[in-house]
Amino acid sequence: MAYLKNFGVILVGIVACVGLSPVAPELMNPYLFSILMYAGINITLAVSLNLVNGLTGQFSMGHAGFMAVGGYVSAFLTTEYLSKMNPGLPAGLNEIVLFAAALYAGGLASAALGYLVGLPSLRLKGDYLAIVTLGFGEIIRVLILNIDAVGGARGMPGIPKWTNFGWVYAIAFISIITVRRIMASRHGRALLAVREDEIAAEATGVNTTRYKVTAFVIGAFFAGVSGGLFAHFLTYLNPQTFDFNRSFEIIIMVVLGGMGSTTGAVVAALFLTALRELLRPLQEITRLDFRMVIYSLMLVILMLTRPNGFFGTKELSDFGPFRRFKRDALKDAAAADAPAEGARG
Amino acid sequence: MTEFLQHLINGIGLGAIYALIALGYTMVFGILQLINFAHSDVYMLGAFFGLYSSRWLGLADKPGIGSLLAALACAMIGCALVGFCIERFAYRPLRKSPRINVLITAVGISLFLEFGGQLLFGADPKYFPPLFESGQPIQLGGIQINRLQLLVFVVSVVLMLGLRFIIFRTKAGRAMRAVSYSHATAALMGIPIDRTISLTFMLGSALAGAAGILVGLTYPKIDPLMGVMFGLKAFVAAVVGGIGNVTGAVIGALIMGVAEALVIGYWASTYRDALAFAILIVILLFRPAGILGENVAEKV
Repeated sequence: MAYLKNFGVILVGIVACVGLSPVAPELMNPYLFSILMYAGINITLAVSLNLVNGLTGQFSMGHAGFMAVGGYVSAFLTTEYLSKMNPGLPAGLNEIVLFAAALYAGGLASAALGYLVGLPSLRLKGDYLAIVTLGFGEIIRVLILNIDAVGGARGMPGIPKWTNFGWVYAIAFISIITVRRIMASRHGRALLAVREDEIAAEATGVNTTRYKVTAFVIGAFFAGVSGGLFAHFLTYLNPQTFDFNRSFEIIIMVVLGGMGSTTGAVVAALFLTALRELLRPLQEITRLDFRMVIYSLMLVILMLTRPNGFFGTKELSDFGPFRRFKRDALKDAAAADAPAEGARG
Repeated sequence: MTEFLQHLINGIGLGAIYALIALGYTMVFGILQLINFAHSDVYMLGAFFGLYSSRWLGLADKPGIGSLLAALACAMIGCALVGFCIERFAYRPLRKSPRINVLITAVGISLFLEFGGQLLFGADPKYFPPLFESGQPIQLGGIQINRLQLLVFVVSVVLMLGLRFIIFRTKAGRAMRAVSYSHATAALMGIPIDRTISLTFMLGSALAGAAGILVGLTYPKIDPLMGVMFGLKAFVAAVVGGIGNVTGAVIGALIMGVAEALVIGYWASTYRDALAFAILIVILLFRPAGILGENVAEKV
């Protein structure tokens, strides 16, 4: 029953997102709508980075690199192959199946690279992941610049515009549910144990490397998928889009929201996407890019005065009326152990 | 053969500059177990301090050893002050915080210096004044040694020997070594911990400042983001040598420099940045403690 209930929640969420899809662009002007789309993509990015930086306590600085991999792989697939294919399904379904395949491939490519990058650096204690991912983000950009098949420095135009409101928010929703479900499981508790005290976690039998790498690979997967969404929304990719500033934006979303809080990541992603647009006039008047200076100062001041960000490690389900949605791993386990009760319910 | 030797010499010249920066990384890591991300930007500031001091003091009009030393002094003092401020106002208040918070602060400071630098100096590259007439290259049996290269090498070696003297022959250096072993025990022996850490930051930053000048002389285009890749490579050099180990940093930096010169010479300069990354991955896989580092058993 518990499974069915969860499945139901996911289904309802996705159906709601897809159902809103044709309506959403009609409700607002195109500018607002594009901000809404970027906000949705940012939610996926922030939530997935939070799994690594917040919940597992590692520090990745190359999320834009994974986004670039996912974006380029899926865009290359759709422009070169998939958009010319016709699997012979009913009209609307064709595009959905092909796009899902492209996004999935992008996510997988990014996850595979995440494994390659994560394994050597996460085997060690300390902050090697930070510097390795920083390097990775730069290198991947330079490599893409030199791959002629995807346009190199000219960028990659002509990507089909397949991303719509439904895709963006359904995937944001799936990423949130995935992280939430992981954290309610014993895997999630292992991740938290690694964050709180790696030595103690290892002493109690948690395979710390495996859990760190798993979290990192899942994070990379979702970064890759959102890269695919981004590519098929903008319909044009340029390696410069995925420079370090992009990674940094996602990091500050996670830190501002509160490292370890999915709710915080979502709120901060919305907040910072809006802030970016609010700062745009200032930037146009002064002709200076204040945004990054503000972000970096914000990061330092947050760490010095309020390292918990908006939410700390709290979730929405820790507050008043939402408390009944709290996922309690122990309670879930108890329910699973009592089949008689479960069968009757 | 001569071609190989030529690449080798270029590599050693490059490695000497990496060494100056890697030393700062390794010293701070040894004493605080912190990757000081801001270090690469202190190096960038060193280059700009050199640029502005030579502009304001009119050093560019009369190039020579005297002007070079004056610019070096300005950059080193300026960077030492910046290093002191970073430690005092950003890292010291977080001494008892979780590691990740300090790391985030370091990233924040680094970005603040980069983007602040872009606002202050402008994002476009500036031309570093030639403070030293390189003149005719020295011919040595088919190999060319640029006088500038030689100068850069000599200055780096002198600075490194000076650092060695401070660390291993003076009281302050002994205090630094003691603090890197154990903060608590060093404090019990009456060593002023905070002052020693400040001194470490200032020394490392001064070396980075000197490196900024030397890079400015060799590659006269400087911009606020010049520290990112160069700093990353210097950090890799420190890891290769064994992070926390002063001699190791120099060895690692020479390896980095030579490897990079060989890649540029025999392959393509596009891959010079990817090389550092590949070296880092390989060393983390096979010898994470670095060449001279020891595998320290973890105390629980």
